[in-house]
Amino acid sequence: MYLMRKWSVSRAAKFDFIYQKLEKVLVWLEPFWMKLGYERVEKPLAFIEKHVKGFLFDCQMCGQCALHDTGMSCPMNCPKKLRNGPCGGVRANGKCELDENMNCVWVEAWRGQQLMTGAGKQDAPVSSILAVQFPVDHRLAGHSSWLRAVRLKHQDAEQN
Amino acid sequence: MSDLDDVLVDETNVDEPRAGENLAILKGHSSPGRLERVLRSGAFAVTSELAPPDSADPNEVYRRAAMFDGVVDGINATDGSGANCHMSSIAVSALLARKGYSTVLQMACRDRNRIAIQGEILGAAAFGVANVLCLTGDGVLAGDHPESKPVFDLGSMTLLKTVKMMRDESRFLSGRDLDTPPRLFIGAAANPFAPPADFRAQRLASKIQAGAQFIQTQYCFDIPMFKDYMAKVGDLGLLDDVFILAGIGPMASAKSASWIRDNVPGIHIPDAIIQRLEGAGKKQKTEGRKICVELIQQLQEIEGVSGVHIMAYRQEEAVKSIVKASGVLGDRQPWQPTA
Repeated sequence: MYLMRKWSVSRAAKFDFIYQKLEKVLVWLEPFWMKLGYERVEKPLAFIEKHVKGFLFDCQMCGQCALHDTGMSCPMNCPKKLRNGPCGGVRANGKCELDENMNCVWVEAWRGQQLMTGAGKQDAPVSSILAVQFPVDHRLAGHSSWLRAVRLKHQDAEQN
Repeated sequence: MSDLDDVLVDETNVDEPRAGENLAILKGHSSPGRLERVLRSGAFAVTSELAPPDSADPNEVYRRAAMFDGVVDGINATDGSGANCHMSSIAVSALLARKGYSTVLQMACRDRNRIAIQGEILGAAAFGVANVLCLTGDGVLAGDHPESKPVFDLGSMTLLKTVKMMRDESRFLSGRDLDTPPRLFIGAAANPFAPPADFRAQRLASKIQAGAQFIQTQYCFDIPMFKDYMAKVGDLGLLDDVFILAGIGPMASAKSASWIRDNVPGIHIPDAIIQRLEGAGKKQKTEGRKICVELIQQLQEIEGVSGVHIMAYRQEEAVKSIVKASGVLGDRQPWQPTA
């Protein structure tokens, strides 16, 4: 829902904080996932993720969540699916060129990112919103990006 | 390195190839194109935009290109602009390259996935296209086939990255090696006038990082706002990393300028321009061209502007007189086909 989505971006910093905690818990539970088998937990976890993130962010389940880098504004709601910043068509009032009833996803992302990084403060961290994202891997659509993140973290830890 | 040395020849006596054959790639250049040579030589470059015809007749393409003869350093072939269907940009570019023209292939992500795009990039380079402008593209809802499927597998940023990877690392996105990489001068678009304002200069930095070597901007009618943007770009230290061609074009009348402002996404036209057109009464078309000439002269004075990109939709025949009246070419005579 569009209003919910906007409400969530206004609380971007809070949601980012909550996610960081959630990720810690999920990573801590790694042996448990391992025991159950990743394939077996995939479906229920994706179900939860779809509904929670769907309600809060209009998540489209791309399976490679970028919310942390996009001010908690899901870029998959952009009609052009842009994951690397706004196109040149954004209206002067900040609305989408293709849907005048919707704020540009990236105008929202910029707002959310300012809330997350505390722009204006001297020690504001470098904004990850500017990092160039890779093209979407369409094979991951519908899968849990939480589980993927846990898996990647675990693999990283094992390699080091 | 021996392969590369064969291609890099000295700078003398390489300027006029036979039509349809590529120039040599000069040292430090990425492409065999004339546009890159002009820009790197420090000259003020002029490019223009050709609207591909709704026709299968190549002569129509040549006729449209000939309108720019002697005043432009590159001709952009638009890729289904406004999401309307026309002859493909790659075909237009290939036809023109065959005649020796310097073309800028506009490549939008709306209609093709990454497999098709990478194939087209190789094909375009093989046809003698030396410049590619990486665009996201207009949404399909804006055009004459609103019921079609929008692809957007890549976006402008990932497209830049892809072309750069193909050229510099000689491989596809998949990692598979290319036998011969495409030697392209890579461009991107920028709109200094769309929100969020703070984001725009930063976004240019990301585009440069992703591979952009030249930029063609949206129409610049608001000089103070553009100066502001260029100052921000300068503050980020980007002026030495990229050639910026400011977009510009003549408006036919106050009515059409207002229509464009209200209906074409991303175009910002200050009230003052529209009022000035209105004030010209029956001579609005002439006034529009006069404004265009003045804006070109003002843009040339701005630090970091390396040229202009003239988008004279349905007034292409005016480009020659506009460029000549502006005097931005000085004594320089851009390449034109010999009759």
